[in-house]
Amino acid sequence: MSDLFVLAVSCIFINNILLAQFLGQCPFLGTSKKMETAVGMSMAVVFVLVMAGIITWIVDVYLLKALDVEYLRTVSFILVIASLVQFVEMFLKKSIPALYAGLGIFLPLITTNCAVMGVCLINIKEEYTFLEAVIASFAYAIGFGLALILFAGVRERVDLGRVPKPLQDTSIGLVTAGIIALTFMSFKGMV
Amino acid sequence: MAQSLVKEFTKGLWTELPPFRLVLGLCPVLAVTKSVENGIGMGIATTFVLVFSNLLVSLLRKIIPPKVRIACFIVIIATFVTIVELVMQAYAYQLFLKLGIFIPLIVVNCVVLGRSEAFASKNGPALSIADGLGIGIGFTLSLSALGAVREFLGNGTLTIWEGLPVISMGPGFIPFKFMLEAPGAFVGLGLMLFVMNLIPSKS
Repeated sequence: MSDLFVLAVSCIFINNILLAQFLGQCPFLGTSKKMETAVGMSMAVVFVLVMAGIITWIVDVYLLKALDVEYLRTVSFILVIASLVQFVEMFLKKSIPALYAGLGIFLPLITTNCAVMGVCLINIKEEYTFLEAVIASFAYAIGFGLALILFAGVRERVDLGRVPKPLQDTSIGLVTAGIIALTFMSFKGMV
Repeated sequence: MAQSLVKEFTKGLWTELPPFRLVLGLCPVLAVTKSVENGIGMGIATTFVLVFSNLLVSLLRKIIPPKVRIACFIVIIATFVTIVELVMQAYAYQLFLKLGIFIPLIVVNCVVLGRSEAFASKNGPALSIADGLGIGIGFTLSLSALGAVREFLGNGTLTIWEGLPVISMGPGFIPFKFMLEAPGAFVGLGLMLFVMNLIPSKS
């Protein structure tokens, strides 16, 4: 039990998917200009990431490893993720149209969000058991949301200041992200 | 024809240089640029995938139904990524270990899918190869440049390729370890973007 807790903490803080592993940078910089889209994106990622983590783990163990066709991993994982995203998109379009409109282009882009694919591959690479894979996927997704929402808050404030023209937008965004990553580095000694 | 080929090739090197002009595909840029060598290896792998997926998408552009085109593109890209993975395991195993999950993650690199969608699905095979090659080489150069800055400041060395002589700052240099850590990647890329923005783009 305590092992699982340690795993969760390390996935959220120490190996934070955005700030330590550098996965999912496109939505990190793309949806963080407004708090509202950042929250929506985080929720979409939590949902998709947990589902994708569970399904790809099952596919890998009971299909790819059982049939000894592990070289098909990349192709099959991306197909699972792409169809999942399609499903989430249809679901949101019907039941929560406001959120669907707010997320705009970034929802289909979860397909090419390397955080989702990356976590699925990490789960396999670290040889997690099913329970560990579920916890790790969920914790990585929470870490993603935490970093994205924190970053969006800081970025909204930075936009109010007078930033020199060449530094505006992505450039200052990256430097800000660097400073947030620096604070996350201090979690390193925790576990 | 020759002129437009050159034009499509050179735009990847400056006006649409990823990741500076097109801010896409940042994950590998930030993650693998601890050294020049990693940057070059990642760049070459991405270039291979870009060129061949562009070629195949361009050849199949009239057959692929528009509604399922993204899924088709991703399967095409994933096929070439698998080829790269297997080839690297056979011939460049050390580099494969260093780049880790970022090789399979070329599948979800927005630059690759972006080129299929924005260029190869609308243009002929020759132009698409030129476009893929230009963007790929531009991407490789950007990765190596950031790798060079980070490795030089963070470690005081420059390793171009395994076996080639290492350029070193000498024993008096105190390495700035910050550049090799995660925050250094963000700040380094942000400042390089700032320098690029100081030079006005032609378009």
